[in-house]
Amino acid sequence: MNTWIAIGATALGCYAVKLAGLLVPAGTLERPLVRRLAALLPVALLAALTAQQTFADGHALVLDARVAGVAAAAVVLVLRAPFLLVVAAAVVVTAGVRAMGG
Amino acid sequence: MAEQTALADTGASGAGKTDAAVVRDALGVGVAVGLSGFAFGVTSAGGGLTLPQTCALSLLVFTGASQFALVGALAAGGNPLTAAAGAFFLGVRNAFYGLRLSQLLALPRAVRPFAAQWVIDETTAVALPQPTRRAARIGFAVTGLSLYVLWNLTTLLGALGARAIGDTDAWGLDAAGPAVFLALLAPMLKTATERAVAGLAVLLGLGLLPALPAGVPVLVAALAAPAVLFLEGRRGRPSANDTAGEDR
Repeated sequence: MNTWIAIGATALGCYAVKLAGLLVPAGTLERPLVRRLAALLPVALLAALTAQQTFADGHALVLDARVAGVAAAAVVLVLRAPFLLVVAAAVVVTAGVRAMGG
Repeated sequence: MAEQTALADTGASGAGKTDAAVVRDALGVGVAVGLSGFAFGVTSAGGGLTLPQTCALSLLVFTGASQFALVGALAAGGNPLTAAAGAFFLGVRNAFYGLRLSQLLALPRAVRPFAAQWVIDETTAVALPQPTRRAARIGFAVTGLSLYVLWNLTTLLGALGARAIGDTDAWGLDAAGPAVFLALLAPMLKTATERAVAGLAVLLGLGLLPALPAGVPVLVAALAAPAVLFLEGRRGRPSANDTAGEDR
């Protein structure tokens, strides 16, 4: 039930902001500070999420196979590979390190 | 990534772009990103969500980063509303895409509630650089449709696949989520300001993890954005980086 509440709240909220962008008169949110903040907010959230999902195990920070996988993804990203290849590199390397007992 | 593809393609073809060329651009992005719904389906099922829950997210939320964030937060045992808040804040950027698109596409008011669900990173990246309104509308519609159909289809397949293979961690699939976030983040790190925000957010997100309930550290880490902007303002530079957000 809790999961459905989270899904419903996310779906409503995400749809509302998408629609708001299309309906609000142009210029309302075009102040430079608001625009800057809107551009930087996903940077902060994505960076924190990347770090947490790489190092977190519950409330503890750990170094496990995921670190190798995400590092591999970073290398592939620097090589400008397509999105799918980046994700595949992370998955394959993580699985490989785990299979070797890492 | 989507953005790079779209920009590179327009650069090459210029203003005399044919409808077929726009459709090709749009399908390229739609298909490539649409396939990654598979990673979402697997991650979501691996995180303990049921098949209907996983599919409902792709059908109703349809903005990848928010979906991954919600599933990650729920899997970590976060409070449902805290988890939803993190996903929502990630989705706020779509409002700004909508602002740009609404001027560009000039959609009739009656169509907007339907078009809204497709206002995401990829459709914006394809539509914005198009030379004409017609091309932008084609780009938006074709990217939106191909991505929506594929993303939902691959979500379903991923969730079914995760069930079939059992322990998703053994297959390294728990690394798909952070890799997706990293791939979305990388093209945004254009100037020192973005890098400072990212660095501070990582410190806050990891540093507060042991102390706060699951999902809350990410929300606190979001404060890195206003904090860095404030510090930049204090240094008296309204910032040469104002243009960095232009293409978002």
